[in-house]
Amino acid sequence: MSGRRDLAGRGGVTAPAGVLVVGASAAGLATVEALRRGGYPGAVTVLGAEPHLPYDRPPLSKQVLSGAWQPDRALLRPRDVLAALDAEFVLGDPAVGMDAPARSVRTASGRTLRADTIVVATGTSPRTLPGQAGLAGVHVLRTLDDALALRAGLLRCARLVVVGDGVLGAEVAATARTMGLDVTLAGPQRAPMASQLGRPVAHRLAELHTERGVRLRMGTGVRGLTGARGTVTGVSLDTGEVLPADLVVVAIGGDPVTGWLHDSGLPVDNGLVCDSRCRAADGIYAVGDVARWHHDQLGTLLRLENRTNATEQAVAVAADILGGDRPYTPVPYFWTDQFGTRIQVYGVLPADAEVTVVDGDPETGRFVARYRRDGEVTGVLGWNMPKQARMRRQEVADALAASDSASAAH
Amino acid sequence: MKVILDQDKCVASGQCVVAAADVFDQRDEDGIAVLLTSDPTPDQADDTRHAAAVCPALAIQIQE
Ligand SMILES: Cc1cc2nc3c(=O)[nH]c(=O)nc-3n(C[C@H](O)[C@H](O)[C@H](O)COP(=O)(O)OP(=O)(O)OC[C@H]3O[C@@H](n4cnc5c(N)ncnc54)[C@H](O)[C@@H]3O)c2cc1C
Ligand code: SF4
Repeated sequence: MSGRRDLAGRGGVTAPAGVLVVGASAAGLATVEALRRGGYPGAVTVLGAEPHLPYDRPPLSKQVLSGAWQPDRALLRPRDVLAALDAEFVLGDPAVGMDAPARSVRTASGRTLRADTIVVATGTSPRTLPGQAGLAGVHVLRTLDDALALRAGLLRCARLVVVGDGVLGAEVAATARTMGLDVTLAGPQRAPMASQLGRPVAHRLAELHTERGVRLRMGTGVRGLTGARGTVTGVSLDTGEVLPADLVVVAIGGDPVTGWLHDSGLPVDNGLVCDSRCRAADGIYAVGDVARWHHDQLGTLLRLENRTNATEQAVAVAADILGGDRPYTPVPYFWTDQFGTRIQVYGVLPADAEVTVVDGDPETGRFVARYRRDGEVTGVLGWNMPKQARMRRQEVADALAASDSASAAH
Repeated sequence: MKVILDQDKCVASGQCVVAAADVFDQRDEDGIAVLLTSDPTPDQADDTRHAAAVCPALAIQIQE
């Protein structure tokens, strides 16, 4: 790999690459792998903002943060497997602009990379609170460097406040509590992950956190941070109360990384907007967390921020580049691990869905729940029952296919 | 073709079973993947490659 790494000379225009992938992480790398598996013979360049070889993010809030894994274990592929892809990796050099008709990308260091096909795989970046930037002791968690900095903080500090009641905030709270910190989780919902899990299961999750000693401050917005001498001292809530902290994690969601596309003329609206083939324009695709594509079966634009979508969508995009021309219609799926409990979700779990336990028993800490709206299955959730939940995935797939044919018949 | 499964990395997503039910299964108690065969037949080969591709934990290695 190192031999090819500097082929793209700084400041110059390189020989046209067949495919240029912007973003060297789960979705970008999976696209390259699927292209090669599909027999794509052309040149492939992968441009990445971070200096690291491609690594995986789910372990960052779990095994890497807790110290159970050395950071190397989170690498997506070992070096020899990357080298066998015969792709040029240009790392540590973010894209800063795209000329869409010319299919060229400018980088921060002054390179210009041209290609027949460009795949945008730049993911999301964490939102921050006003005043966060200048304050020591306040962290976000998206990258490996973020995870290592946060781990160092967790080892040094005693009192953590996590701002944000989504999946990332809940996972960080669980990992930090397991490491022995005093942890408070604050957010506007009634229970952690309520919008993702529905109220009854989110309530069960709140109980789990409380049983394990996490203090929940739910149902209140966060106004900002307090600090002294450049270091954070607390989190102030909309109620006027201040939660004292010597370490704060801000996990209030992320925004798709599309700023570098601002003068490209491409449709950007909460992600790079694509058709059902994940195409934003002729020869330009989006994949992974940054892609907002038209899910034909759901009949809507959708952007998924989960790990399986990154690879499944990459497989679909590679197939389209190779001439496949089929719509991308996945069954959405994500998992989360908190305090040794593994939660898995297929499909979507609307807040107003009717929830029925169809296997196991919540009292025993293992169950599968089915979510229905207007009599139609929308999703399935497994709580410590991975296999049994997966066995009901087909019910979600069938419901999706049925809604597709129903809308086609109209 | 030979399949190698790293159960320590597996996150019990079941994507491999969805892709290649003749080659992979999951343990009843914790959903961790198990191999039904480490030596898929030629007509199982494509599905097995697909399973390795979509595994979100990169727990499946294939030796052709
Ligand atoms: C801590 C954490 C835990 C998670 N846990 C789970 C989980 O348990 N289950 C689950 O389903 N999902 C989980 N996710 C979500 C999952 O990791 C993401 O959905 C997945 O990483 C998306 O992959 P991606 O390649 O689209 O984006 P990313 O992984 O964000 O990769 C985008 C890459 O593009 C690079 N980039 C950005 N801008 C530029 C630029 N201008 N030029 C070049 N490169 C650029 C970035 O540096 C980055 O490497 C987690 C995410 C995080 C952060
Ligand atoms: S797809 Fe990967 S993570 Fe999921 S069950 Fe199979 S081996 Fe485990």
